[in-house]
Amino acid sequence: MITEEQASQAVAEILSSHKKERKNLIPLLQEVQTSLGYLPEEAMQKIAGFLEMPAVEVWGVATFYNQFRFVPLGKYHTVVCMGTACHLAGGRLILEALERELDIKVGETDEDDNFSLERVACIGCCMLAPVIVIKDKIHPKLTPFKVEEALIPYKQEAQSEES
Amino acid sequence: MTFEEISNKAKSEWEALQKGSYILVGTATCGRAAGALDVVDAFKKELTRQGLEVPIIQVGCIELCYADPFVTISKPDSLRVVYHNVTPEIVPRLVEGYVAGDDPCLELALGTLEGGGDEGVYIPELPRFEHELRLILGRCGYIDPENINHYIANGGYSGLEKALKMPPAKIIGELKKSGLRGRGGAGFPTHRKWELCHKARSTPKYVICNADEGDPGAFMDRVILESDPHQIIEGMIIAGYAIGAEQGYIYIRAEYPLAIERIQIALKQAKELGFLGDNILGGDFGFHIEIAAGAGAFVSGEETALIAAVEGKMSTPRSRPPYPAELGLWNKPTLLNNVKTFAYVPLVIERGGDWFASIGTEGSKGTAVFTLAGKVANSGLAEVPMGTTLSELIYDIGGGIAKDKQFKAVQIGGPSGGCLPETLLDIPIDYDSLREAGSMMGSGGMIVMDEDNCMVDVARFFLDFSTRESCGKCTMCRLGTLQMLRILEDITAGRGKIEDIDLLLALAEDVKIGSLCGLGKTAPNPVLTTLRYFRDEYEAHVLEKRCPARVCPELTVYYILPDKCDRACEHCVLTCPTEAIKGGKGEVKIIDQEKCSKCGTCLEVCPPEYNAVAKLSPVSLLPSPHLSEKRARK
Repeated sequence: MITEEQASQAVAEILSSHKKERKNLIPLLQEVQTSLGYLPEEAMQKIAGFLEMPAVEVWGVATFYNQFRFVPLGKYHTVVCMGTACHLAGGRLILEALERELDIKVGETDEDDNFSLERVACIGCCMLAPVIVIKDKIHPKLTPFKVEEALIPYKQEAQSEES
Repeated sequence: MTFEEISNKAKSEWEALQKGSYILVGTATCGRAAGALDVVDAFKKELTRQGLEVPIIQVGCIELCYADPFVTISKPDSLRVVYHNVTPEIVPRLVEGYVAGDDPCLELALGTLEGGGDEGVYIPELPRFEHELRLILGRCGYIDPENINHYIANGGYSGLEKALKMPPAKIIGELKKSGLRGRGGAGFPTHRKWELCHKARSTPKYVICNADEGDPGAFMDRVILESDPHQIIEGMIIAGYAIGAEQGYIYIRAEYPLAIERIQIALKQAKELGFLGDNILGGDFGFHIEIAAGAGAFVSGEETALIAAVEGKMSTPRSRPPYPAELGLWNKPTLLNNVKTFAYVPLVIERGGDWFASIGTEGSKGTAVFTLAGKVANSGLAEVPMGTTLSELIYDIGGGIAKDKQFKAVQIGGPSGGCLPETLLDIPIDYDSLREAGSMMGSGGMIVMDEDNCMVDVARFFLDFSTRESCGKCTMCRLGTLQMLRILEDITAGRGKIEDIDLLLALAEDVKIGSLCGLGKTAPNPVLTTLRYFRDEYEAHVLEKRCPARVCPELTVYYILPDKCDRACEHCVLTCPTEAIKGGKGEVKIIDQEKCSKCGTCLEVCPPEYNAVAKLSPVSLLPSPHLSEKRARK
């Protein structure tokens, strides 16, 4: 986990590399999220101060776009594609299977910060439908049964790291 | 350097490459998803092991995504051979066989790019290429997208060179002659946008490329950006010159990190060679391009919403007029075109408007790029002249329906488009024919559906998407689509009433009229077209509580056929994620319908020789003991 001090330093560095222009708001939010994994409230306050705009407007923009997250992600962030091709090939069943197997709902991170679950509109790999992405690795042509199998190595890795 | 010098240098680099052997690996996002980077590593390892020095070039996508990863081996004085579904395991064979030796390993190949003799499949003679005409996809997969010289050696930037010697009005005149219409979906004549911007008096002016490809199931812009990025940059520079702009932005969605990376590299290289910067090719005209990475909002595809996003605001549309050509980015004249529109521009300038206008139909000129996905056998991209029919695209290029299933519908244009039935497969693909049929060209996403897809569920899916993506500005789009979604949820859950269908139609009209931008105006299209062509499916859901495709979970049950179940087998019992299947060894297995999550795992794992799991709809088809068991427990 990143300490508060590290986070605040990272934000300060990002701010110092940008001009005070309104058009930089989204790039700033993106860079902070890339660096910290999510957008902490303090970071958004700092961006607001830097761009001399109301914090509520920063919050408005951040919550408008799908990309921004306000809670830290799990170590094995799992993305479910909910695009048309994936839907037709049973994407809903894949999502249900993941929620069941991980015991979390979309948008949540589990208690040990291991798994988090996100749904996206389309990752553009329609010929491999239905797909999920676990920790940046694409798992193609899934069925609810194969979801269980795909998760096993990650669950084992998480367990062995804990013990 | 003059353009001639730059071009000569690029050509000699390209020719030098052709004099030796080289290996192309398609590492666009689709190739990577199929394991292309592992293939690259395997080649590196194997070449080192065998002590060979052969360049491996990572290229984009050759659009036959169904058979990724692709590798092309090129040797001087030999046939270029394209291999498909390449895995690291077969790499040593390819290196041994064709890189080092003379065995082209044709049994592993899709075919050859030259020849046509008895050397197996000659790729240009595949049935799909009878229909395809690759204008903007032509270089994709054959040039290094991260090497500007490959682009220049294959005709790149000569359109710009020619354009800079033409007066802007003549460039716009060529566009007018070409009949090019915007490839973002609406089909607005490109020259009219350019002319309005050219005539606008206010300065500075801006050029924006819309690369916010948001339609789920469409990925052609991504492929072009990843495979041949310079043609977009070239198109934008010509646009800047024609309208008098000095600054351009490419708005790319953040979900496309590789596209952003390759555009960044392309911009840097274009600048180094003097195609971008203050004095382009030594002249007076200067143009700069920046990337604006989108943060994920479907509505940003609408031009005024996209402009708001580049300004760093919430991406909400505003009413038009005034059009962006008059009041756009920071209230200045702004030209906004789609990725593909810009990609056509260098070609139109180089070969002339008349040439472009000779391709296509009366009202729709040139080619159209489609992504084919869903239940089609060969998913991927295709570029065909306007006027090609849907059936040619789906059957001749796409190879028909996968797994010998029955075609049901084709959905064109994503959440804004419509589903067309088999009876309309002979209509030509052009802006006007598709609109007449209730669909639209849209960005070019084409999803094929088969007998296993429920059309009510498809309508619900698209509306769910539009509801989530509605920015909330217009009441009818925000709340009207939500009401429509609730009605569709009722119908798919078996709670529908017959009068709901008329209510849906009425609401659809209200949402269309009551919305400012394309998102709301077109959101009802999937519902309207499925109602127009597949009303019987809606009625089956409402009146018989039956889902004809057996998709909607509330109207479907799984049932294990007692006379087919092999009592000794326990596959279903052991794999059921909710432990809903009872029955020990030697007993017939029974599904506890209360516990069943309808995931279909039992159907998937039941060995084909038994084939004992059936999916039934309506639920009342379930033989009575199961029902009575359920009632008894209640």
